Amino acid sequence: MSLLSAQLVSAGYGDSRAVSDIVLTLAPGELLALVGANGAGKSTLLRVLAGAHKPTSGSVWLKDVDISPLTDFERNRLGISLVPEGRRLFASLTVLENLMVGAGSGRVGEWTADRVVDTLPMLKPLLKRNASRLSGGQQQAVSIGRALMSNPEVLLLDEVSLGLAPIIIDELYESLAVVRQSGLGIILVEQDLSRTVAVADRIICLLEGHVVLQGAAGDLSHEQITDAYFGHSISSFSNPELTTEEGLQA
Amino acid sequence: MIFLNALIQGILLGGLFAMAALGLSIAFGVLRVVNLAHGEIMTLGAYLAYLSLSALGLNVWMSLLIVVPAMGVVGYWVQRLMLQRALRLSELSPLLVTFGLAIMIPNALVEVFSNNKKPLPTGDLAVQSITIVDGITVGVLPLLTLVVAVVLIAGMQLFLARTKMGRYMRAAADDSDTLRLMGIDYRKVYAFAMAIAFGIAALAGVFFGIRQGGVTPFDGQLTVLFAFEAVIIGGLGSLWGTLAGGIVLGVAHSLAGQISPDLPLLVGNLVFLAILVFRPTGIVRSKVAA
Repeated sequence: MSLLSAQLVSAGYGDSRAVSDIVLTLAPGELLALVGANGAGKSTLLRVLAGAHKPTSGSVWLKDVDISPLTDFERNRLGISLVPEGRRLFASLTVLENLMVGAGSGRVGEWTADRVVDTLPMLKPLLKRNASRLSGGQQQAVSIGRALMSNPEVLLLDEVSLGLAPIIIDELYESLAVVRQSGLGIILVEQDLSRTVAVADRIICLLEGHVVLQGAAGDLSHEQITDAYFGHSISSFSNPELTTEEGLQA
Repeated sequence: MIFLNALIQGILLGGLFAMAALGLSIAFGVLRVVNLAHGEIMTLGAYLAYLSLSALGLNVWMSLLIVVPAMGVVGYWVQRLMLQRALRLSELSPLLVTFGLAIMIPNALVEVFSNNKKPLPTGDLAVQSITIVDGITVGVLPLLTLVVAVVLIAGMQLFLARTKMGRYMRAAADDSDTLRLMGIDYRKVYAFAMAIAFGIAALAGVFFGIRQGGVTPFDGQLTVLFAFEAVIIGGLGSLWGTLAGGIVLGVAHSLAGQISPDLPLLVGNLVFLAILVFRPTGIVRSKVAA
């Protein structure tokens, strides 16, 4: 049984459709990466899964429960936590207060403020600092820590490395490796392909709102992913079981 | 000495304005709702106190034990059943709802209580005073009003800083959409904030009624003006700014009153206008948690 699944999900903004008929599943403990160029629909899809954006059709399931009618805060209480694009910290609150608000769902588990600080050590000297006075990397660490405070079963990470220095990204990804050990399922939206391939169990590539490639990270070549990413030879990837060469022959 | 006395009386009057403005400041700071019915909520609170006096035989101070919680409950459900639903339509819809309430409440009060002033007697307290030095006398009631306003603001600051609900209210003021992603039922946070705003407004309404020797149905039309001016002068959403705004307005009224009894309202409005032109963000940093 999958931990989280989307069944034929379509969503958009006004008349413009951002994602179309998306089907995806996430297994417990799995790290699924969503890749694609700007505007591919990755963030919209994450927001639909988190309940922050209403789909025009399709359904979202947590284990065997249809959570489509539930709002964002109800889904968080069931164990789905989103690290939103742009971090979206509460600027007038301190780092510790941001973490405490993250625990607002009341879910009990291994993630406490102490555990979060142990996992994201850059937060330790910052707990009393106002969130508006943090660097981008520090903000991202708080945003991830805040999401963990709800003891989620599914962690949705949107653009973790966007605008950050490589050394900070390395540090955050080291922390994410520790987070993964706790067994939660993660869906990661990332534009850094090489880093994505290195950490993901499975990859789904979106192009203009459609799934154009998916498969185990180890089974997909860098060329396949970049081709799908930029929309080259899309037909060869329409069947996810085929390699590029087989697709072209087909 | 006359100037100094007027200054002190103005500061004391500022306490009343600040108390009137506090609920408005909370409603705007947390909910981003401009409550046009704020003055009428104050008036309703004063009438509830009058009812407690006449029907239950309580004194004004004891009546507050009923009035403040009762109006808090009213605020909670007005937010849940009316304003929250209006928010689904558009950001401006709650404004129209409060405008409607501002029209309905005083007319309903006229129907029930008539236009006659209803007294809120406090016995000798209304006339008791303390002489500090020759020429400077401080009324006990205005002093009590200022002290209550300061205690309310300090208490509210502590509540916002130290309690879980206070944290949620500050977070909602920062980014309500993200607060929802934290598993927090934002509707309850909003309703709780409105309950506090209504409760404090009712308290301020009772103090206004006491100071004016009673309450009439349309008092809210003037008190809401003072409340809005104090909030804008102090800085939208800033609680200490609300106190500062109230005091600035009170001092302006008091000093103008030394020149002519017709001037206070005009000078108060001119100070408000000057702040809007030269410092539109108000005189204190604009943050609920400031």
